[in-house]
Amino acid sequence: MAIRRGRGIAAINYPTGMNLGGDPTQALVHSTPTGNFMVTLSSVDLGQGMKQIMAQICAETIGVPTDRVVIDTADTDTGPHCMGTFASRGTHRAGNAVIQAAKEARQVMLEVAAEELEVNASDLETDGQGNIQVKGAPQKSISIFDVALSAHFKRGRSISGRGMFLIPRSYPEKETGAMKPSTCYAHACTVAEVEVDDETGEVTVLTVKNVFEIGRALNPKMVEQQLVGGSWMGISHALSETTEPYYPNRDHGGTDFNQYLMPGPGDLAETEIIVLERPSADGPFGAKGPGEMCANPQIPAVANAVFDAVGVRIDTLPITPERILRALKAQAAG
Amino acid sequence: MAKVPVQFTLNGSEKAEFVESGTTLLNALRDKIGDTSPKGGCHQGTCGACSVIIDGELRLSCLTLAETCGGADIRTTAGLAEGGVLHPLQRAFLDAFATQCGFCTPGMIMAAKVLLDRTPNPSREDVVEALSGNICRCTGYEPIIQAVLLAARANSQNAA
Repeated sequence: MAIRRGRGIAAINYPTGMNLGGDPTQALVHSTPTGNFMVTLSSVDLGQGMKQIMAQICAETIGVPTDRVVIDTADTDTGPHCMGTFASRGTHRAGNAVIQAAKEARQVMLEVAAEELEVNASDLETDGQGNIQVKGAPQKSISIFDVALSAHFKRGRSISGRGMFLIPRSYPEKETGAMKPSTCYAHACTVAEVEVDDETGEVTVLTVKNVFEIGRALNPKMVEQQLVGGSWMGISHALSETTEPYYPNRDHGGTDFNQYLMPGPGDLAETEIIVLERPSADGPFGAKGPGEMCANPQIPAVANAVFDAVGVRIDTLPITPERILRALKAQAAG
Repeated sequence: MAKVPVQFTLNGSEKAEFVESGTTLLNALRDKIGDTSPKGGCHQGTCGACSVIIDGELRLSCLTLAETCGGADIRTTAGLAEGGVLHPLQRAFLDAFATQCGFCTPGMIMAAKVLLDRTPNPSREDVVEALSGNICRCTGYEPIIQAVLLAARANSQNAA
């Protein structure tokens, strides 16, 4: 009986969004009288940082500082239609919709500014600091604050825009079943090192080294945060999480989340995260969905590492001590 | 049921309320007094989201009866910022990106505060031990551990 060490590797492709009956998200953007911009969405921020990313995307497109944008994701009854924040689709789908809406709003904003400055709208540019100026003649400028006041109180314009992003439904070919389930894939690879106690069946993950290819990281710190947490969740999926009891009698199963255990702060593997940015063709500013895919590659990597350590293939999750001991017993009887 | 009077100090302010006997401190704080910084996660003392500091000790407000807190000095995360300036722990949680959905954050900060009050320069193991009663399901804990260590470093630099 001994502690055995193993190393496993796994790589994944992960689709951004899904494709059942078509996958739409819509967005509306409008300016307040003081030149802040409201983005109205039904896409919900579950804590993944959607509001921050949508504010960045809207601000970048209109040409204003991010703090001039307010994101309203409050109400799926009254907001523009969104399929939801799942399948790692939020940044990609809602981001594209926000870009389209923000472009339309920007155009109206430039038209109003053009009237105020008595120039052609196509000769105007934003300075990113809250002003609109004539290209090549920045001394001729007007603040977006004043443009919004003019639109609201003088010129009767609504500085607003509508955005829509739809991945149309893909039908499978009848003969082959081939279809296009997604237009955009993120990629990841993980190497896990484990120790397996072949007497108790316990697995300790020593290190996980992850490489994630996620398109452009629109907010690199938030991406890192998502990937660190996701890597931990992947290990949790591999070794801990189940609503079924670890042992055959259902009475021994968990009854609420207090017994649905995940690794605690004392059980953390040494974690390395490397981000590769290969901008996607159809993502907002090249983004893909880094949401869920980051919790996937650790699972096969840990399973492979367990195989490397003790020579048994566990193909049912989670990889519990009991499953390992039963497999070792079968192997010995083999 | 008869109501009982209870008086205590919350984040330096005197509070007096009538609560139904058996009301938890968590419910008294959130529903009566309006301090919603302690969160009701499990309501049975295992998740740590409701953590508050009572007379310098880390306590689970979901398992503490309000009527036992007469005369106590109670501190919550809502009272940490002074004059609009965030407490070093709050600053560190932001700077280290140690929060995602945010539900566990006030409890984590309370647990970290009790640690740093007693152990200004904790080791990583000290931090892990101090946070081990608080569940987070977003971050993977590492950013939270780093935030507490960051706050400790910031404190020691300010003291120096």
